[in-house]
Amino acid sequence: MAYSFPEEVLEHVFSFIGSDRDRNAVSLVCKSWYEIERWCRRRVFVGNCYAVSPAAVVRRFPEVRSVELKGKPHFADFNLVPEGWGGYVSPWITTLARAYPWLEEIRLKRMVVTDESLELIARSFKNFKVLVLSSCEGFSTDGLAAVAANCRNLRELDLRESEVEDMSGHWLSHFPDSYTSLVSLNISCLGSEVSFSALERLVSRCPDLRSLRLNRTVPLDRLANLLRRAPQLAELGTGVYSAELRSDDFSNLVGALAGCRELRSLSGFWDVVPAYLPAVYPLCSGLTSLNLSYATIQSSELTKLISQCHSLQRLWVLDYIEDSGLEALAACCKDLRELRVFPSEPFNREGNVSLTEQGLVSVSEGCSKLQSVLYFCRQMSNAALLTIARNRPNMTRFRLCIIEPRCPDYITHEPLDTGFGAIVQHCKDLQRLSLSGLLTDRVFEYIGTYAKKLEMLSVAFAGDSDLGLHHVLSGCDSLRKLEIRDCPFGDKALLANAAKLETMRSLWMSSCSVSFGACKLLGQKMPRLNVEVIDERGHPDSRPESCPVEKLYIYRTVAGPRFDMPDFVWTMDEDSALRPS
Amino acid sequence: MSAETAERFTIDFEETELRLGLGRPAGVSSNGEGATRSGGKRVFLETVDLKLNLSSKEDGGSVEKIRASAPAEKKMNSSDGKEKSVAAAAAAAAPPPPSSSSEVAKPPAKAQVVGWPPVRSFRKNIMAVQKSGSDEAEKGGSSGNSAATSGAAFVKVSMDGAPYLRKVDLKLYKSYQDLSDALAKMFSSFTIGNCGSGGMKDFMNESKLIDLLNGSDYVPTYEDKDGDWMLVGDVPWDMFVDSCKRLRIMKGSEAIGLAPRAVEKCKNRS
Repeated sequence: MAYSFPEEVLEHVFSFIGSDRDRNAVSLVCKSWYEIERWCRRRVFVGNCYAVSPAAVVRRFPEVRSVELKGKPHFADFNLVPEGWGGYVSPWITTLARAYPWLEEIRLKRMVVTDESLELIARSFKNFKVLVLSSCEGFSTDGLAAVAANCRNLRELDLRESEVEDMSGHWLSHFPDSYTSLVSLNISCLGSEVSFSALERLVSRCPDLRSLRLNRTVPLDRLANLLRRAPQLAELGTGVYSAELRSDDFSNLVGALAGCRELRSLSGFWDVVPAYLPAVYPLCSGLTSLNLSYATIQSSELTKLISQCHSLQRLWVLDYIEDSGLEALAACCKDLRELRVFPSEPFNREGNVSLTEQGLVSVSEGCSKLQSVLYFCRQMSNAALLTIARNRPNMTRFRLCIIEPRCPDYITHEPLDTGFGAIVQHCKDLQRLSLSGLLTDRVFEYIGTYAKKLEMLSVAFAGDSDLGLHHVLSGCDSLRKLEIRDCPFGDKALLANAAKLETMRSLWMSSCSVSFGACKLLGQKMPRLNVEVIDERGHPDSRPESCPVEKLYIYRTVAGPRFDMPDFVWTMDEDSALRPS
Repeated sequence: MSAETAERFTIDFEETELRLGLGRPAGVSSNGEGATRSGGKRVFLETVDLKLNLSSKEDGGSVEKIRASAPAEKKMNSSDGKEKSVAAAAAAAAPPPPSSSSEVAKPPAKAQVVGWPPVRSFRKNIMAVQKSGSDEAEKGGSSGNSAATSGAAFVKVSMDGAPYLRKVDLKLYKSYQDLSDALAKMFSSFTIGNCGSGGMKDFMNESKLIDLLNGSDYVPTYEDKDGDWMLVGDVPWDMFVDSCKRLRIMKGSEAIGLAPRAVEKCKNRS
């Protein structure tokens, strides 16, 4: 080398590099950069907990302060991954506890977490600050009690949408009186009551509390007291939003809410009674995020509220908002970036509300910054999709769920290929796409041709043949996650594009036509993939090799096959012999 | 590397008789129902010995999963597919079992497909509870939170003199005793007064009730479906749970109006 910087200088330079991709690139420059970088990496993100072993992570990065792990495939959210499949965090926590005494942050998504792990976390990390358990399960409020009691420096405890075995609300009282560092608390998924007085005292003594998301058991008439103790709140998730408030209670609530001048985000609103919504009107002009997706109120009430939220950037709402409400949204909320419309009656084949494709079209016209959409509806047309695509070429996440599988364009009765084709053609930076409705192989041809930045694709009840899958695997250069259910995709496209699978995080296929024989072949040929066959009908050997497997989960890994599988999951490996758990 | 890879997969092609017809994409029939396939694709589909017979949209996706349809059906009937399906006999056979025709049902009796539409369980559960609550409200019940047809039976509990109300789920309790214990715990922070060592348990005892009524003690009352205020304890527990809309723990001195019924009963018994 002509010259070289001392390590400390390089380390200092690297400290400005946060993104994992950049860090990975830095570590490939040369051996000394690899060494320096690995000693100063402070954050590790493992998108698939089985892609690498915990031992390998701690060996390479000895000084990590923050770990993020994801476990089950996304379709686990919709009950497609059988119970017991895996995603256990315990081996990770054991290793991390030994290797990183100064670990500060653990973020987990779709993992199975036990009370023992939570207790180990509570005991092992003296400076532990952030615990986020997103869509996790397997633990109880006892584990939370251990965290509350022992983590003196805890800042964030976020249980978003986890399934917690709720022994009682008593765990909250385990935060000692000396504990004052809480910044963010999200207990909205918990079922049982926490002690209100403990909650009030906790809120009172934590001056940095910025985000508080309560659960349904916190009654509306206690909310005012809490808010008066935390006027600095930026994010609030209410408890149940109904009661029989006397008029002085109501004005008390109004006053308390208005006193929270920093409040930018509201959620909760369980069981909302429209009469009490005006209490939040004074806050509307400052709100950037509003989650009304549990608020079963009608369009007129929703519209009244939303029309005042001129700074709104994110709206989650039920389809009660209807087309008329979305028109109002389009007219009033010019800063909107993200819209999610959830179905109020997803299992009702007949629509119960007047929400159609028109609502989405209106928003796409009126909200020039709209880039992220999740929309459940019962009818769609190619024309509408084309309009949306032309209006919003800046769209980056587009998830459309037409509730009836294989539903064609309701006007022309044709497949929706050209509509989605327009989306991928116009929205050049599209990163995430979910398809629905009647779709042939053609839509996949469009996707393979145009969706060059697409990272995640979700497909259901679509396509005609392997050609569809082949288009996607061969054309989508940035594809990382592909999840498919109930499509006639089989062996050919998969085997022909086997190498592609090593460039992706994972592929999920369920109720498709991939044969057991093809799975074995793939497992044999691709040692750096785990090809997991998930089949609850019994050992695949009891059926012909040409028989399709129920479910297939393929992911790249440097850790080899895993050994924590239940008896309905098999990894196809190099020996082409089955390795049961 | 890529040449090697290509060769490797050429070998694989021959092994599995791959014939990727990369010609023109699938045509679309003018009526859009189902999709046609070009002749080339038919060929290689047949080599894998699957008769993919794409159904029209009403079919719910069952037909093409011929071999997987047995467990899929089972899952349609069970809520989250945890049960292990009966092994393979149905799966190995070719024709779809007769029960699959029930999946081609007219609306709205169609069997639900697992995981579709893609709504998380958390959200589904909340919506189910809220919906039944709001149905009650539409029928002229209370403010939308009272008993769902199944699941919880939340009722408000007020206690005279307490600064706020509470809610209990009556379905969590099996008897008046259970309820009384729970209420005692809930309101223990407020002085119940001269209830005696048994606490509120004694309220359910009618003879003791008479003694207490004249004092400053508390009496549990409830509003029933007809809007009448009744003394707790008269009817069988299950009937009580069904008819109770809210609970009020009244000060004994205010419960005088209710006392005659209890007194009457005691007189009749003794």
